[in-house]
Amino acid sequence: MISAHLPALQVVLPLLGAVVCAFLKRGSWAWLVALAVSLVLPAIALGLLYQTYEGGTISYALGGWRPPFGIEYRVDIFNAFVLVLVSVIGAVIMPYAKRSVEHEIPEDKQAWFYAIYLLCLCGLLGIAITGDAFNAFVFMEISSLATYALIAMGRDRRALLAAYQYLIMGTIGATFYVIGVGLLYSMTGTLNLADMANRLAGIEDSRAVLAALAFLTVGISLKLALFPLHVWLPNAYAYAPSMATVFLSATATKVAVYLLLRYFFSVFGVSVIYADLPVSWIFLVLSIAAMFGASLVAVFQANIKRMLAYSSVAQIGYITLGIAIANKTGLAGGIVHLFNHAIMKAALFMALGSIFFRIGSVRIEDLAGIAKRMPVTAGVFVVGGLGLIGVPGTAGFISKWYLGLGAIENGWWWLLMLIVLSSAIAVLYVGRVVEVMWFREPSPVAKKAEEPPLSMLLPTLLLTFATIYFGFDTFLTAHMADLAAQLLLTGGR
Amino acid sequence: MTGETLIILALLVPTVGAALIWATAWNPNFRETTTLVTAGILFIIVLTILGRFLSGEPLATGTVPIAPGLELGFSIEPLGMLFACIASGLWIVNSIYSIGYMRGNNEPRQTPFYMCFAIALASTMGIAFAANLFTLFLFYEILTLSTYPLVTHKGDDSAREGGRTYLLVLLGTSTVLLLPAIIATAVIAGTLNFEPGGILAGKVSPTVLSILLAMFMFGIGKAALMPFHKWLPAAMVAPTPVSALLHAVAVVKAGVFSVVKVIVYVFGVETLAGAATAGWLLYIAGATILIASVVALKADNLKRRLAYSTVSQLSYVILAAAILAPISIVGASMHIAAHAISKITLFFAAGSIYTAAHLTEVSQLNGIGRKMPWTMGAFAIGALSMIGVPPTAGFVSKWYILLGAMDAQQWIAVGVIIVSTLLNAAYFLPIVYAAFFRAPDKKSPDHGEAPLPIVVALTVTAAGTVILFLFPGVPLALSKMLGLVGGG
Amino acid sequence: MNLLQEIIAHYNHWIIIFLMVSGLYIVVAHGNMIKKLVGLSLFQTSVYLLYLSPGKILGGTPPILSDQFTVYSNPLPHVLILTAIVVGVATIALGLALVVRINEAFGTIEEDEIFAEDEDE
Repeated sequence: MISAHLPALQVVLPLLGAVVCAFLKRGSWAWLVALAVSLVLPAIALGLLYQTYEGGTISYALGGWRPPFGIEYRVDIFNAFVLVLVSVIGAVIMPYAKRSVEHEIPEDKQAWFYAIYLLCLCGLLGIAITGDAFNAFVFMEISSLATYALIAMGRDRRALLAAYQYLIMGTIGATFYVIGVGLLYSMTGTLNLADMANRLAGIEDSRAVLAALAFLTVGISLKLALFPLHVWLPNAYAYAPSMATVFLSATATKVAVYLLLRYFFSVFGVSVIYADLPVSWIFLVLSIAAMFGASLVAVFQANIKRMLAYSSVAQIGYITLGIAIANKTGLAGGIVHLFNHAIMKAALFMALGSIFFRIGSVRIEDLAGIAKRMPVTAGVFVVGGLGLIGVPGTAGFISKWYLGLGAIENGWWWLLMLIVLSSAIAVLYVGRVVEVMWFREPSPVAKKAEEPPLSMLLPTLLLTFATIYFGFDTFLTAHMADLAAQLLLTGGR
Repeated sequence: MTGETLIILALLVPTVGAALIWATAWNPNFRETTTLVTAGILFIIVLTILGRFLSGEPLATGTVPIAPGLELGFSIEPLGMLFACIASGLWIVNSIYSIGYMRGNNEPRQTPFYMCFAIALASTMGIAFAANLFTLFLFYEILTLSTYPLVTHKGDDSAREGGRTYLLVLLGTSTVLLLPAIIATAVIAGTLNFEPGGILAGKVSPTVLSILLAMFMFGIGKAALMPFHKWLPAAMVAPTPVSALLHAVAVVKAGVFSVVKVIVYVFGVETLAGAATAGWLLYIAGATILIASVVALKADNLKRRLAYSTVSQLSYVILAAAILAPISIVGASMHIAAHAISKITLFFAAGSIYTAAHLTEVSQLNGIGRKMPWTMGAFAIGALSMIGVPPTAGFVSKWYILLGAMDAQQWIAVGVIIVSTLLNAAYFLPIVYAAFFRAPDKKSPDHGEAPLPIVVALTVTAAGTVILFLFPGVPLALSKMLGLVGGG
Repeated sequence: MNLLQEIIAHYNHWIIIFLMVSGLYIVVAHGNMIKKLVGLSLFQTSVYLLYLSPGKILGGTPPILSDQFTVYSNPLPHVLILTAIVVGVATIALGLALVVRINEAFGTIEEDEIFAEDEDE
């Protein structure tokens, strides 16, 4: 009985949780509610993944209105994979959140913080699960508005500025998205993505449809921080509260990538994207620019949170590179990196959040010698960093392996060389921080540091362990990504 | 015990050892005992594997599939067997030496030091027993990472500088050249497993073959082929036991071991011999030998001189492999063993001088042989082996390399070996001469021999250098097996 | 002549495009944070028209079934845009709230002054 309604529960639960949190006064009670909700969500998502893995696509008519007239929630292996990613990250960071939020958010705002966080989670899950173009817009705005508020709660006053800038950029992106949807709606008369795909057959090359594609691509690319539309990201991640940074870096951009892939492959179809239009080349150029440009900028950052944010822009480049490579292996590489980057970056930002919790700074000069006092946290940073570089034995290696194989399948040897060269830049920015953390005399603040409380340390270690684990066992990651890529390339929906 | 269990134990024992070292950190005596016991058990395991292997038992583990084309698996073949024996055997001696050195110099942070050492050894075992390129690559990278803290051990500016070069060159070459080469091999050959005759045989055009060969040879930065050799002198900022075991044996030998392994099992000796475009490797190796020898000649810092000597000696192995004759492959394999035991002796001696007299420069060593007869005696034996004078191990390997070169009528290789022998003599013999026959400087400090563990260790390895000449039995047998594999 | 007719026939699109571009221009060109939000609002409003204007069918009535009428307008665009207006209001409200906070924290809402202040830190 319940298993039939899992798609609705996936979204409704965090929404209800948010409402409850908003009515609570005490931060710790709100935390309990958020924790309970966050722990149930991965179970639902895994249930959905299992159902789609065994039985194929699930179609859920919300409110009983038959698609394509009502809103349809449609889950296949690809978005089940994304749902698992988002909800698992959401669950892992909740135990971590308590102490971090107590430290960074004033007591009277904590309940609000959790309410907003659950709204954001609800929006992201909604984007991933819905099969309706306009519904996706609404969820996108739910998550975005929540994100602006989360960022603005950072302690630094520049957080306000970052939130404002993101609001402007994000709203432009969302509006572009609605324009694209509007054009598609006027051409097809439907908002259901699957229905839309059918009705687009035959009119793919009309000017309105192509304009719609352009608006959608730019709009979503703003959300996923595709180079050079990434300028909102570094400040937003750098000044947001630690817990918000962890959550956003691991999920928000990933869900936007999901949406882009959904439009490209399930709505427009492979032939429009690759055969008729130079999408592959555009993404190739932008991804490579991200991989090199953002990595190089990362090398020179003194604020390590900002450095990791630039690294995120670079890593998103690897994900979109999968779109550019345009064969099954490459696309699977992009999708698996979606997952792998999420866990690695979450672990890294968690480690950094723990350091901020103890010493109140994430500037490189304050991190000097911190490994003497916080060896475990500094060790997490090493493992996560190795993942970013793509050292074998970490999840990052698996992504690069698939991307590299995909590049060669196309005969693009030069791309393989570019992939590995950009990884070498990651050696620079990771190595720089690791050296300072481990092999310098402790800075005055680092001398007084100690390991964070267990509630923060254990979730961090869990993700660190996952970074290594998914470097060896790739059933849940690469195998699923492979299936998803297969589905997308054969136009499945 | 099955072969599979033994192989896994060989990997597990040093790893668990590292954990136990951390657990016993509160008492230095316990901690050092743990290191010694771990090293001892590992050597016994490796010897057991050797016994099984020589009796003809096929030894391999099952494979763990990771992703399509990626598998984790181990198997034993002659070269890996030899490498594992050398590394694990010398670890025992080196541990004894480390105790003397680290305590004699009051080095800080000894627990992480011994832990990293044990992890480095575990990854060395992984490299030696790797059944495919991915497994090799995995442990190759772990070895780089676990030795990086050892290089930066001192924690001052020069140590950090050295560590930076070390990490950048080694991780850089392996990421930028080796990884794409492996990916390309996976695509072209359809497998990454090491197979006699080579998995690329008959599958690539000469041009692609040559490019891939270059990517492998330079990508394996640990082999220190010029121009990617800078990390080795940079790594000399590390404490001497690290330079001795890791940067004369484990790390650099992992490099040349990988080179030989790639030539024999990935490309196949016959494939390379048949390709006109693969000849350049010989010249690069020859050039590295000569240039590094000249740099060594000019270096006044003793460890720096030894490091450049290592660079040149490593290229002997590559040169021997690049001659592509079965008998030169035997030489390459033997030289891995011979150079290991002789160079570790030389480093032990250098560390011994530093511990007892705090001298680091060659020009300060006048007359030191009278105060430190054991140390300098061992040094002399090591130096003779480097030059290739009987009765030392270096003679045996050089003999096979020369035979191979003549056999294949590679006269350039013959010339390089002769000239470099002269250069070797030119940069080692003056040290020995000055140590024994020059009058000591007046203001040289008063000191005697180094602490006992150090003297014991270097005597053992010096003796080993001679023994390996007199009884080359097992290493030679293994090398000949490899030569047969390589020769098809 | 045909071109002119074409242009005039799509007058609703020209209005939409004009609003859209001027809204975006204001966002980009103005340093005052309130004015930026005004531009953003204008930009969003143009999209409302983009949905609504094709939804109107000449001579169509609201979709209430009756024998007297055969041509109905599609109500869905209106519903969608109601939602979009709500989203737009929320966005502008949040944006204005942020500007108030920025004014408290920095003492100005001119972007160039804030950046200048930021660099001194």
